[in-house]
Amino acid sequence: MIEVGTILEEKIFYVDRAMLKAYADASGDQNPIHQNEEFALSVGLPNVIAHGMLTMALVGKFVTDWAGGSAAVKEFSGRFVKPVIVPADQKVDLTVSGVVSEVDGERIKIDLSATSAGVKVLGMSKAVVVK
Amino acid sequence: MLNPDSVGRTFEGAESVTVSQSEIDAFCAVLSENNTTVAPPTFSIRITLEQSQEILSNPEIGLDWSRVVHGDQRFDIKRPIVAGDTFKCSSTIESYKVAAGNEIVTVRSDLHSGDKLVVSTWSTLVVRA
Repeated sequence: MIEVGTILEEKIFYVDRAMLKAYADASGDQNPIHQNEEFALSVGLPNVIAHGMLTMALVGKFVTDWAGGSAAVKEFSGRFVKPVIVPADQKVDLTVSGVVSEVDGERIKIDLSATSAGVKVLGMSKAVVVK
Repeated sequence: MLNPDSVGRTFEGAESVTVSQSEIDAFCAVLSENNTTVAPPTFSIRITLEQSQEILSNPEIGLDWSRVVHGDQRFDIKRPIVAGDTFKCSSTIESYKVAAGNEIVTVRSDLHSGDKLVVSTWSTLVVRA
């Protein structure tokens, strides 16, 4: 039974430089801040950062796994509040959780949250799915 | 600075884009998504990012892409994207403001297949001072 307050079980994704390269190729976003440490530092970033849209894609995976597949998602939004920082030779976590906030017939709204290294990276994130 | 006259205007992408199965496969692979019959919900960024950059790089608009940071993103998905879909992309500058020297621009990009709207995306971009 899905109702307001139903909790989606937390899931941890792991992000590393190889994933950033694969996402850059898959999305077409080759901005060097996501691949080149020297460049990232030169523009004032603490290290290479993940694409915001990779974070959102992984949160999307969390939603579609719960909802039964990619076709279930009708609306999806989020705000990139802090970057996911990805040092060389490390796997950093992206910890995703969600709770049902509205049920309207077959449409289910989920409030989502994502953190990395304990820091909130995606805010005001919501999805509407038809399960 | 963004040309204020461009706010509210819609710009059409020059060429249509056809989605291939290999593009969907590559996007799914990053996410360890095994079902590749439809594209993941954020896949449309692959099309709209390049198209809207091309459209918004038009000198009469005046957006400086080199200083753009992604603020917010929203998707409204009428139906999932599948391989073989051919889209025309149009981008509309929906809102613009300056806050603490940063320019904040919201761009809506619509993907149409024939006369059917398939996906609308809203990207809020912050052009750092």
